[in-house]
Amino acid sequence: MMALIFRRLLQAIPVLFIVVTLTFLLVRSAPGSPFSTEKKVPKEIMEELEKQYDLHGTIGHQYEQYMGKVAHGNLSLSTQYRNRTVNEIIAQTLPVSMTLGSLAYFLALLCGIPIGAWAAVRHNQAGDRFLMLGALLGISIPSFVSAPLLVMWLALSWNLLPAYGWGSPDQILLPAFCLSLPFTASIARLTRGSLLEVLKLDFIRTARAKGLPEKTVLFGHALKVAILPIIGYSGPAAAGILTGSIVIETLFGIPGIGPFFVNSALNHDPFMTSGVVLVFSLFLILFNLLTDILYFVVDRRVKLA
Amino acid sequence: MGGSSSRVSRTLTLTAILAGAVVLFFAFFFFLGGWTLSAPADLTLSNGAEPQTLDPAIITGEPELRVSQALFEGLTTRNTKGTVIPGMAASWTLSPDNLTYTFTLRPGIKWSNGEPITSYDFLNSWERSLNPLTASQYSYQLYYLVNGEAYGTGKLRDFSQVGVKAPDDHTLVVTLNHPTAYFLELTTLPILFPVHLASIKKYGRDWTKPGKMVCNGPYILKEWRLNDYILLEANPDYWQPVPIHRIKVLPTDSPTACFNLFYSHKTDLIIDKTSIPTELVQDIRDKPYFHANPFGATTFVRFNVKRKPFDDVRVRKALALALDKKDIVEKITRAGEPVAATLVPPGSAGYTPPSGLSYNVTEARRLLAEAGYPNGQGFPDVTMLYPARSNWVQIATEMQALWRRDLGITSIHLSGQEWRVYLNTQQLIDFDFAVSDWIGDYNDPQTFLDMFTTDNGNNETNWGNPQYDQMLVASSAAHGPAQRMKIFQDMEKMLVEDEVPIVPVYFWVGLSLYYPDRVGGFEPNFVDEHPWGQLYIPGKK
Repeated sequence: MMALIFRRLLQAIPVLFIVVTLTFLLVRSAPGSPFSTEKKVPKEIMEELEKQYDLHGTIGHQYEQYMGKVAHGNLSLSTQYRNRTVNEIIAQTLPVSMTLGSLAYFLALLCGIPIGAWAAVRHNQAGDRFLMLGALLGISIPSFVSAPLLVMWLALSWNLLPAYGWGSPDQILLPAFCLSLPFTASIARLTRGSLLEVLKLDFIRTARAKGLPEKTVLFGHALKVAILPIIGYSGPAAAGILTGSIVIETLFGIPGIGPFFVNSALNHDPFMTSGVVLVFSLFLILFNLLTDILYFVVDRRVKLA
Repeated sequence: MGGSSSRVSRTLTLTAILAGAVVLFFAFFFFLGGWTLSAPADLTLSNGAEPQTLDPAIITGEPELRVSQALFEGLTTRNTKGTVIPGMAASWTLSPDNLTYTFTLRPGIKWSNGEPITSYDFLNSWERSLNPLTASQYSYQLYYLVNGEAYGTGKLRDFSQVGVKAPDDHTLVVTLNHPTAYFLELTTLPILFPVHLASIKKYGRDWTKPGKMVCNGPYILKEWRLNDYILLEANPDYWQPVPIHRIKVLPTDSPTACFNLFYSHKTDLIIDKTSIPTELVQDIRDKPYFHANPFGATTFVRFNVKRKPFDDVRVRKALALALDKKDIVEKITRAGEPVAATLVPPGSAGYTPPSGLSYNVTEARRLLAEAGYPNGQGFPDVTMLYPARSNWVQIATEMQALWRRDLGITSIHLSGQEWRVYLNTQQLIDFDFAVSDWIGDYNDPQTFLDMFTTDNGNNETNWGNPQYDQMLVASSAAHGPAQRMKIFQDMEKMLVEDEVPIVPVYFWVGLSLYYPDRVGGFEPNFVDEHPWGQLYIPGKK
């Protein structure tokens, strides 16, 4: 297994290299300068700025300069937040997103799996229909609709939770719940579908024929097998949920990394964009690897080749 | 059976490990800094976007400007009414030729680390602002000084030839190229603030961080977390007492979130009008917390006068005459913005604007027919550029509809571009016509009128008239303010009545939300500047 981990980490290097290259070149080839303002900047000043940020000369030269820094772990300076390095911004915002994300992720697993299992057991009964309708809504209603609605009810009308901000424990609940909603719904649907398939299999019939209590059949035998697609889903999902969400973080004013994915591109902040894309890719690679390892642990049929 | 139960226990263990890992993960980031509790503040305010920097020489935006004015102070500053008053300088004299200012610094003024502030601090800070290596985008505000431009563009290396001298510790002598009526307004701007050069030398780029920044304004920088908050604390070394001990400044990207925060009493003051949802303005206009004031900024349309059909002044005039501006401010902006017939907003001291072109569809149709497009027939395909943010798309769409309604033009297309791309297209003048805006740098018509001289980088219309350029030169040599304002009036008449390279649409209003019994020392004013050092909490003063 160590060989596999080692090999996969080695493979990650060219992947990350390509990702960063494409991001940087795309951002730099967009029209407009990171330093333009409404008022025209004198030519000399513009040139000096580009020089200070290593954004002068040909795009090939700029790329070379940047990759040289990245190879040393230096993600360069943000052109938007002028006194900060990209490393510094990520170091400050990523833990915030991960705090919120890990709670949302935990919530999604904690609620999604039992809901799905419960629905599968009551297959085609009213409870199943009701929960699956709820899950369908959870998947289809985007968070920029669900979050403001929840804010309106829970925060503004009933004054139960704060509408906005970061810094006290009650401020994490509403955003974490909103962030977890679509994931909970997906996991519930996946669990139900997978469990229904498994419950039809021969080994379940055998278990029931042996007279095992239904609870043991369900939790001891069926769910163990049915969990595999959920592992497959939740690995990459973790990468997404832990690196923040622009919608949730903007709406709730959470100082996380999520908004940088979009805003840095809008601001033409090439190093920031490349930096956050690099972080996201790293997470994705790591969690995919973790997923594969989990597969191996849970399902003995899986060979780590 | 044995295998099965061992696998059950394995699954259980695995689940437990996973759950544990998630909890640990959470706890880890919780303590690593994903979570912080700031010190309690006496006043919380929403300040618009996250400041890009707090370095006074680098600042370009309004949110940065407001925070930096709380941390630093120039030779002059403003009172709550927006009027220029003495700041670091106690007094000044102006030479009879209106070219040399001699400032005398306030006695006993100190940096927040206790060191005295001298006129050399100003001299060296201005050198830093002008120095091309600082790459300050606003350094042109120092081009008014003798040789300022030459030094700022690197043509002159010797700063001693620039028009600023410090004969002793508390005197600063400034020599200008031309008489500049609004120079004392410029000295309130961040680019002319003194900065503590020793700490910049020591900390480099990090000097703007809490604990490292040395200031001279009413507040010091206590804490600053990106996109989270800035905590300011009263500066005990400031030359006068500061009424509020701690101010918490919140950055907010989403106007809705910002309003929610105010509505649930988590913030006391919303300053930036971009932080107030425009769709709500209509509903909250009559509330006791809603405050509006005229503000020196104008939204207007630029024509590219080198492109057909806008090379024809009759077409430009027709479009200007047929634009129902009232419809735009009543339907879209809705904050009580006055419609604009001129570029210079009303309220510039001593200035009487020309009457401009008012809404007149008959005359517009006549001009359009004369130009060869009766009832809009045969009008070529043209594209209007606008920035794809806030309510610009609605404004552009409404204009398109209005010109179709009143002039029968059906060939106007819209092109929304993301902000920085839009700025680039506009600077390259690669558009037919564009929706634009301008915020005055100081309270004087010149900040609006000088951008349409032929070579001005902000002209962006391809329009130019030597007579217009000469009038601007004449204005700086004018005898007295009355004559100067008369010249400006003639210039503006040429701009908005005769040649029409631009169509003014509406003047801005500054909006702020606060309960007057919770926030004191905040007065609506024309420059929309509200010094935080003069804010107080009523009843606590």
